[in-house]
Amino acid sequence: MVRLDHVAVALGGRRIIDGVSAELAGGVIGLIGPNGAGKSTLVRAIAGLVASEGTILIDGAPVASIALRERARRIAYLPQGQAVHWPLTVERVVALGRLPHLAPFARPGEAEGAAIERALERTDLVALRDRPIDQLSGGERARVLLARALAVEASLLLADEPLAALDPSHQIEVMALLRAEAGRGATVIAVLHDLTLAARWCDRLLLIDHGKLVADGSPREVLTADHIRAVYGVSAFIGEAHGEPLIVPLSH
Amino acid sequence: MTKSPMRIDLALALVALLCATLSLGIGPAHLGSGRVLAALAGQGDPVATTIVWQLRLPRALLALLVGAMLGGAGAALQGYLRNPLADPGVLGTSSTAALGAVLALYYGFAALSPLTLPLFAIVGAFAGLAPLLVLAARSEGPLALILAGVAIATAAGAGISLALNFAPNPFAAVEIMTWLMGGLADRSFLHVWLALPCVAIGLGLILLQRRALDALTLGEEGATALGIDLKRTRTLLLVATAIGVGGSVAVSGAIGFVGLVVPHLVRRFTDGRPSSVLLPSMFGGAALLAAADTLVRMVPTLEEPRLGVVTALIGVPIFLHQLVKARRQW
Repeated sequence: MVRLDHVAVALGGRRIIDGVSAELAGGVIGLIGPNGAGKSTLVRAIAGLVASEGTILIDGAPVASIALRERARRIAYLPQGQAVHWPLTVERVVALGRLPHLAPFARPGEAEGAAIERALERTDLVALRDRPIDQLSGGERARVLLARALAVEASLLLADEPLAALDPSHQIEVMALLRAEAGRGATVIAVLHDLTLAARWCDRLLLIDHGKLVADGSPREVLTADHIRAVYGVSAFIGEAHGEPLIVPLSH
Repeated sequence: MTKSPMRIDLALALVALLCATLSLGIGPAHLGSGRVLAALAGQGDPVATTIVWQLRLPRALLALLVGAMLGGAGAALQGYLRNPLADPGVLGTSSTAALGAVLALYYGFAALSPLTLPLFAIVGAFAGLAPLLVLAARSEGPLALILAGVAIATAAGAGISLALNFAPNPFAAVEIMTWLMGGLADRSFLHVWLALPCVAIGLGLILLQRRALDALTLGEEGATALGIDLKRTRTLLLVATAIGVGGSVAVSGAIGFVGLVVPHLVRRFTDGRPSSVLLPSMFGGAALLAAADTLVRMVPTLEEPRLGVVTALIGVPIFLHQLVKARRQW
């Protein structure tokens, strides 16, 4: 569970996040907002990767006070457009997710193998496990990096734009995976840009603009024409198709 | 896992030992293998015993130590900087170590005792380390370190050129040049005892960073999110390189190319993780240097070719061959 109380983040003298308060527990929570709104910075602050003012509590403890390795076991973080710097095999990349669980000098045991296996199965990568990651397509690579984050088996999963550069089929696949994680009891926080997908797959949306929380609630409450115009500066068609929400940005 | 990193470790360790053992039998004085073995066992004639124990054994041990350190440091720095061009000299500490040695030669301190020159070199390595440590405590990424390393190496290179420029006589200049080209001739156990702790500390610290190097495959932020303390990793790797490579340069001079090439040569026999490249690079470096140091003694020339020259001559063709074969990595 994450509790944010008047969280502020300044980077290079600029306030990127300005007084965000929210309690985030369970389900898939989407962070939406225009480019530069501060979504990624908020996610990095929750992960403890940037210093912040105010309070960020992870399971009741201030994030900065949790030891680095313990934090890494509780929070899985999937950075934006992540690169893998050496041509490792899929299995080796996924295995990196188990590093926080290994005691110093210990060899990976059965628990590690089992967790890697589960992550590979959930992301449908078993067949690709021995392939070097540099030989995979963009969609496959995104799945491997997600599997790496899943292998941590943390109670909090932070995903920064997990759908970037994915085709519609892979986007749905990834959202279904995030939902499944939430179904297992994890809290999933994902930065998203596609409003229809956000409405369709998230339990709750946080709309952020200029570092401030503009709206917080169910997709229906947050994704109103007024909100979209105020934040993105575009008018939008908000309707339904086959019982699912449909949001189409129209024009300035 | 399709490839076993264990076997390449063992194979390279055996090759290194074999080369080193072979080198005991080679030198200007012709000793048969029987006399060498007897001397090793402590039952040889006095001449053979002196030659093997005082001249050839320290030299063989130094080749293994220096080679292992250069290979290991190269692999660690390539992993840490995520840059296939990194080598032990990238942080500049090997250049400042060389500058220290050159100053000892220039001012004639080197003639005082066989230990003066290596000690000057180690002091030089630490002098180069100091600004890097200040920078490492403040900077976020590795780029600042690389740039600072280039600056430090350039300054040290300028200092060396200055020493050559103002050398009191041609002999001093030649002495400096010869030392700079690297070599292991006429070293004693004093040098071994000096290099051994440096290399042990350097390689030990590097091996402690195995997981951090693997985690860095996902970048700095990815590694931090995996629970790696990057400041600690950065500082320890800097200290490891300065002590280990500084100690190596102190006893052998500047031996180029081993640290750059060996990790690339062994990488394809591993699963590619930076951690699995470390041990094979250490053993591979030891093997390459032991082989090169054997070779310099087999070439029938009046003056031994310099070791640094020979490692480059052996290393470059193998490296280029690899490069052509495995283009896709670059």
